[in-house]
Amino acid sequence: MFDPNATVLLAAILVPLFAGVVLAFGSGYTGGMRRGVALGGFGYPLVAAFFLAFRFDPAQVGAYNFESKLATGLDSFGIYLHLGLNGISLPLFLLAGVVGFAAGLYAMFSNAERPHLYLALMLFMQSGLMGTFASVDIFFFYFFHEFALIPTFIMIAVWGGTGRRTAAMEMTIYLTLGAMLSLLGLVSLYVTSGAESFSLPELRDYLATHPLSETLQANIFGLLLFGFGILVSLFPFHSWAPKGYASAPTGTAMLHAGVLKKFGLYGLLQIGVPLLPVGMAHWFPWLAWLALGNIIIIGLVTIAQRDLKLMLGYSSVMHMGYAFLGIAAFSVVGAGGALLMMVAHGLSVALLFMLSTCIYHRSLTFDLGAMGGLAVKAPVLCAFFVAASMASIGLPGFGNFWGEFTIFMALAETEFTRWLVLPAALGIIISAIYGLRAVANIFFGKPKAEFAARWDSDEVKDLQGFEKTPAMILLAALVVIGIFPRLVSDRADAELGGLYPIKESLPQFETTAGTPAVSGKEQTH
Amino acid sequence: MNEGLADFLRGIAATNEWWYIMPEILLAVLALGLLVLELLSPAIRKHVPRVAMGGLGLILALLLMVDCSDCMGANGQSAFGGLLQSNEWSHLMRVFFVFSALMVSYLGGIFLAGRNLAQSEFYHLVILVAAAMMLLVQSNHFVMLFVALEMATVAFYVLVAYRRTSSLSLEAGIKYLILGALSSSILLFGIVLLYGAGGNPALPGASGDSLNFDALESFIALNPDNPVVLTGAMLVLAGICFKIGAVPFQIWVPDVYQGAPNPVTAYLAIASKAAGFMVLLSLLHGPFLALQDFLLPVLVFIAAASILFGNIAAVMQRNLKRLLGLSGIAHAGYLLIGVAASFTIEWVDNAVVFYLITYLLASFVVFLVLSLSGEGDDADLNIERYANFSREQPFLSGALTCGLGSLAGIPPMGGFVAKLLLFVAAFQAGLYGLLGVAVLGVVISVYYYFGWIRALYFNGSSVTALGEASNAPTLQNRFVLCALVVAIVVLGIFPAVVSLV
Repeated sequence: MFDPNATVLLAAILVPLFAGVVLAFGSGYTGGMRRGVALGGFGYPLVAAFFLAFRFDPAQVGAYNFESKLATGLDSFGIYLHLGLNGISLPLFLLAGVVGFAAGLYAMFSNAERPHLYLALMLFMQSGLMGTFASVDIFFFYFFHEFALIPTFIMIAVWGGTGRRTAAMEMTIYLTLGAMLSLLGLVSLYVTSGAESFSLPELRDYLATHPLSETLQANIFGLLLFGFGILVSLFPFHSWAPKGYASAPTGTAMLHAGVLKKFGLYGLLQIGVPLLPVGMAHWFPWLAWLALGNIIIIGLVTIAQRDLKLMLGYSSVMHMGYAFLGIAAFSVVGAGGALLMMVAHGLSVALLFMLSTCIYHRSLTFDLGAMGGLAVKAPVLCAFFVAASMASIGLPGFGNFWGEFTIFMALAETEFTRWLVLPAALGIIISAIYGLRAVANIFFGKPKAEFAARWDSDEVKDLQGFEKTPAMILLAALVVIGIFPRLVSDRADAELGGLYPIKESLPQFETTAGTPAVSGKEQTH
Repeated sequence: MNEGLADFLRGIAATNEWWYIMPEILLAVLALGLLVLELLSPAIRKHVPRVAMGGLGLILALLLMVDCSDCMGANGQSAFGGLLQSNEWSHLMRVFFVFSALMVSYLGGIFLAGRNLAQSEFYHLVILVAAAMMLLVQSNHFVMLFVALEMATVAFYVLVAYRRTSSLSLEAGIKYLILGALSSSILLFGIVLLYGAGGNPALPGASGDSLNFDALESFIALNPDNPVVLTGAMLVLAGICFKIGAVPFQIWVPDVYQGAPNPVTAYLAIASKAAGFMVLLSLLHGPFLALQDFLLPVLVFIAAASILFGNIAAVMQRNLKRLLGLSGIAHAGYLLIGVAASFTIEWVDNAVVFYLITYLLASFVVFLVLSLSGEGDDADLNIERYANFSREQPFLSGALTCGLGSLAGIPPMGGFVAKLLLFVAAFQAGLYGLLGVAVLGVVISVYYYFGWIRALYFNGSSVTALGEASNAPTLQNRFVLCALVVAIVVLGIFPAVVSLV
């Protein structure tokens, strides 16, 4: 059974990898050749993602489109390079293509030292990203994620900004801890299920007929929740994220915050909750309270930030709380909302990180208190930034709105989660406060003393072509999802509908209306 | 001469069992031939390294073509009156040791160039150690085991102190000599206790040949609770733990690793450890099989202590060779997880061998880069001196990153698959506590491995750069490094190439 589309999918991983190898090991490239190779490496996944999205057959619910299975010599463990896309992974695959292309485009024209190495590492990262979301096999799902992480560390250590030494190290250790915990979770899932396979559909089919005991489910889900949680900066395991993003070079921050970080949420959506529903029910109070921690506590911390990049880093941590809440809602609607939120947040945070670097190139500072009035000199930059901030706050018209809206809907659906809506909605006010204040500080008012002194220099100018194009791409994608959220949700709904069990059927949710934190404690014993 | 011995020799001559150890004989001939070459004339003396490496390469090629353990018949058949016995790994481990000897000779060529030290003796000893270790992993008799072990260890005493002008090397030599002799005597004491217990006619299953593993296995199976047997087994275990550098017998590791010349450190780290683990596996699956209830907690404790000690001590270490030694203790701990799990899970032995192979490749990458980047005394290579290394030496930095990544267990390097297999095994064996310690250890190890990588790529340091002092690697060195890195990545992506998993 030869499927040409499967080859297109495999090539989406291999082409950036190959382009990266060409750039890393070749020498004597001119700027044009370098950009040509990089354009090919970033362009192909984008084209392939859209091509596959159009060929995607939504009728195949429960199965994967464009499947291919290659032996890697670990057959005895049931590990294959098994690729394919379903309704959950397709939107993220597209997201990786779009954000990767935008980040690559921006990086091609940035003035990094040793640009061929910089682009090569970004291409390796891109290859890993495409692989993560195209993997059906949970071994390779993890494998590609780690493969994309290594370039992140090196890029931060080499091309990062202030404090990169400690930031890269803290991020490395934190993320390794998260990755090891989730690896343990995945391995324990493999071992305890007895399915003798790392393939997700096979595990799912096997677990459907041989469900795990409640203790096992709870233990494994705990490993996955905290492992993935660390990778997605779940409160209080978030401290690596703002510092890491603040010191990361722009392209890296865009790819990591925009796409790679979604790995953990994707793992919970695709693997954790569908395979271990009882475990999820067990950990529900933890997840809900910690997600509220993300929204409220980190939201307040974000308000206190004076540094633009740190503020963006914290705000991205804060918005992850919504995605966690969507998962905690434990329903098809909630999971779909989380998925929408992940895609929209990926686009908006990548755009914001990119624009913040554009602002830095003009003001030479990230200090929000030392800017001002930039709208006069750079109206287009201002427009983009305002639009991106609005999107990130969750205004209608952008994808984020639908994500948050759907998540609130899902929370309000059942009595059990209804209490979460109010504190979660408070988060919107919080993000409006810091978002709008940042816009006001940067673009309006009078420029502060140091900035005013440079006011007439050539550097203070509007967005250039190479900055505009990626910004346009990201903003267009945000608006398209904002207007037609069905592009994402239709396919995801069909898939999620088959995966998510009906919550009311689980014993945890039958008896315990009211205060879930207390019920959670009872369940532990 | 008594008649029995004559019969024994006649029997060996009749069956022509010498074929079984042809690779070892060839290595011995090569080693002795080098000494002869040295005597001939100064003009020939120049070619000693080339002859040594060429000969090793030839033997390696022969080994890859002919599987010698087949000559011994099916697995489990013994030769030389039960002294040697082939097992499923003997062929692979022969290739392993010859390959490490080849790589160590290659490192030795770099190390000895421009140093006023004896040349051919180095290669001679390296090759003899390889032959001894090949015999060691096939031994099926405690006499054979001890003789082979001492043959390797005595050669190592000389090799460790090889740089006789350096006080650090001499100090390392003395330390290794004293502690090595101590551990050998502990091992020997254990062997003697087992021999005595096994030969005690008052006990069931006593045999006249209780040094033989098979006889000992059936004896211990009948007397698993005998205190003399237990003491003996513990002492043997202690002797081997010294060789693999596991806690609490690890105290020599940092000093010896630092003081020994680079190639010798690599040899100690790789081949010596591998031989120790193979012996441990064959002992635990042979004579000590019946003691598993007693030995399992001991092994689990040693593994956990090794992982924690190695990783925690390495965190603050700035000297790179000491760091490699300490992290080697941690690697011994990870491997011991596999050994502990192998009591219940059958396929774990393969995972242990696979881990050893990935460790071999990654360590040689790291040591080769160390050899190429050091100038003068390599014992004082500090992590700070690697600051900004990638600017001058992008190729070496890239290779070093891959090697360290594999040691840390990061995909797509082979080290990741190796660790994953051990973790799966630990899960299946139910060693959850050990698994938790191992994960903690991996996270800690990321700090120092990535600390080193970070130093390579960190810009803007004012420390004198080592990169400028090192020459760009020659084409030959580039080729070797490339081959090793490709092998690491291939093992990570397609582990089936070693037909173990």
